[in-house]
Amino acid sequence: MATKPAFAPPTDAAISRRGFLMKLGILLNAVAASLVAVPVVGFLLSSITRGRANGYLSWVPLGKVSEFPEGETRLATFQNPYVMPTDGKTADTACWVRRIAGEQFQVFAVNCAHLGCPVRWFPQSALFMCPCHGGAYYRDGSRASGPPERGLFEYPYKIENGLITIQAGELPTPGAAIADLTAGKKPCIS
Amino acid sequence: MHIMSSLAKIGTWFDRRLQLAAPIREAAEHPIPRNTSSWWYVFGSAALTVFILQIVTGILLALVYVPSGAEAWSSLQALNHDITLGWFIRAMHGWGSNFMVAIVLIHMVQVFLFGAYKFPRELTWIIGVFLLLMTLGMAFSGQVLRFDQDAYWGLGIGASIASRVPLLGPTIVKLMLGGPIIAGATLSRFFALHVFVIPGLLIGFVGLHVLMVLKLGINEWPMPGRIVKRATYVSEYHELTQKDGVPFFSYGVWKDMFFAAFIMLAVAACALYFGPFGPSGRPDPTIIQTVPKPDYFFLWLYALLSLLPPSLETPVLLVGPVLAIAGLLLLPFLSGEGEKSWKRRPIAVLTVLLIAITLGTFTHLAGYTPWSPHMNAWISDPVPDRYIHHSTALERQGALVFQVKQCRNCHSLGEIGGQRGPALDSVAVRLTQDQLIRQVIQGGGNMPAYGKNLSPAETTALVAFLETLHPNGEPPARDASRDLALSDENQSGVKPPGVRLSGMKP
Repeated sequence: MATKPAFAPPTDAAISRRGFLMKLGILLNAVAASLVAVPVVGFLLSSITRGRANGYLSWVPLGKVSEFPEGETRLATFQNPYVMPTDGKTADTACWVRRIAGEQFQVFAVNCAHLGCPVRWFPQSALFMCPCHGGAYYRDGSRASGPPERGLFEYPYKIENGLITIQAGELPTPGAAIADLTAGKKPCIS
Repeated sequence: MHIMSSLAKIGTWFDRRLQLAAPIREAAEHPIPRNTSSWWYVFGSAALTVFILQIVTGILLALVYVPSGAEAWSSLQALNHDITLGWFIRAMHGWGSNFMVAIVLIHMVQVFLFGAYKFPRELTWIIGVFLLLMTLGMAFSGQVLRFDQDAYWGLGIGASIASRVPLLGPTIVKLMLGGPIIAGATLSRFFALHVFVIPGLLIGFVGLHVLMVLKLGINEWPMPGRIVKRATYVSEYHELTQKDGVPFFSYGVWKDMFFAAFIMLAVAACALYFGPFGPSGRPDPTIIQTVPKPDYFFLWLYALLSLLPPSLETPVLLVGPVLAIAGLLLLPFLSGEGEKSWKRRPIAVLTVLLIAITLGTFTHLAGYTPWSPHMNAWISDPVPDRYIHHSTALERQGALVFQVKQCRNCHSLGEIGGQRGPALDSVAVRLTQDQLIRQVIQGGGNMPAYGKNLSPAETTALVAFLETLHPNGEPPARDASRDLALSDENQSGVKPPGVRLSGMKP
């Protein structure tokens, strides 16, 4: 039997058995960590696609067309198409419905195009005003004054069986896809 | 004496196993320069004190609080009204948060003005910058956990800002909100940030920060003319503490303890007197009659966002924070040596003053938000009586139009009403009749155009009323060329064909 001391340092550059096992241990941990990281990262990023399979951006009814008088703008509420049990009232959303004439509508998000505060409709002066930073919009949603750089966000809508339905499910923000999707687009009338 | 010796035995038993007594004694008795046992050096320990207070009150709140979008608001109501002293713990935590941000900022200013960020304490400063950011992160996420209308719309503002990041904006928004809308998942992730992630990092970074203060020694009192040089500083500091040093315990520490106790009592006094913050209305997005406002330490940002020109907003929002943080992080490398005393660093003093005055002014403005329309002024603030004394029927009709068309929401009369647009008490002195008509119909200068929303009769009445708005003895503005045209007509006695009121001769 060799009489080498148990903790002798490696004497040369050659790979010792202990050094090899150490490196193998690091490698094993790196492999394990990468494997475990896949579901961790997948879980973390899931909020980007959350609800997409389950009715994210789907058509929700706002009510009968007859509930919205011609030439007027009314507040309507709807439930977000994708709801989690802990959402409570936050799953409900409001929007401004303007019935221009007949089946011609405009449905605006309540969120100001500046920073998302809820705009209020004043029929007397035919303006939407924002309480936060003073953005104002005309009745057709176009920018009237204040810091917003664009008009109000519009939801795409369609009339089906006498019901007005809108495509909703995402918070409209100045940079979000829905804003680009609907900006300057003619409303689709089916 | 018997008890004392037993206690000493127990102490020895533990220390043989823990072996902490010697390093603790060494840390407590390490020499500090004599003149650093000053009232200027108490803010760091005060920040730590408030942080510990926040941990304790935070854990107490977590015993009752429910981080669910459906129940958070009612659990806060229960804390406020049903649970013994729940209101007080909430108030302590809320006021503790304000005190912590304030003390951290004061600490930072003191460290900056005393040159304490210079060699060899650069890393202490950098970690301090991260501690400031985490403190602000705690303040914002804490405001979200107070899940009320302000929290809900505040998240919307945060999402709107984040969405402006080029390309990645929408993705960042969904990561931040935990889905496509502000909902239960949003609250849950801010709870995780506020209760686990940021406090965990804070504890670790505070530990490092304090450790470095102990290892590198507290910054000596800056003397004008005593220049920091990398080559000689450490030995000079060592010499200072050897020649004129005093043990930290208890020369320096008693002032820290006095101030810490004072701060804790101040937090408790504010909590007792002012009570807890909110929650305001239930976070129901269908209730849009709300005027969201951020907490005190973010008010300056609220003001900045309404005062910036729209075209500058996105660049300032996205580039500003990066530049500010980079500037703070690079500071010890840009001026790691040289003069420490504020008496010889006028630019440093002016920078602090400029930032303080800017932030203070913005915060003050956000207190009364002159840029926001007063949404109810048109029904709650009538035209003052004195403006319709002796007025004609047409002018009174104009005053009615003025109220009904929400002009008051942006324009004040008698100092009541919105301040978004100019006060109109003397508008007739500034604008002639033609200019008033043009401004009402076409808008401009940040005023919407009312041409489509006013009938000709309403416009005539409104302008007739506006023309009466001038101080006694100060005549309304008149178009001089118009007078000329009218007087020409009178002199010649013949109306020039095809020319009306323009003053141009045919």
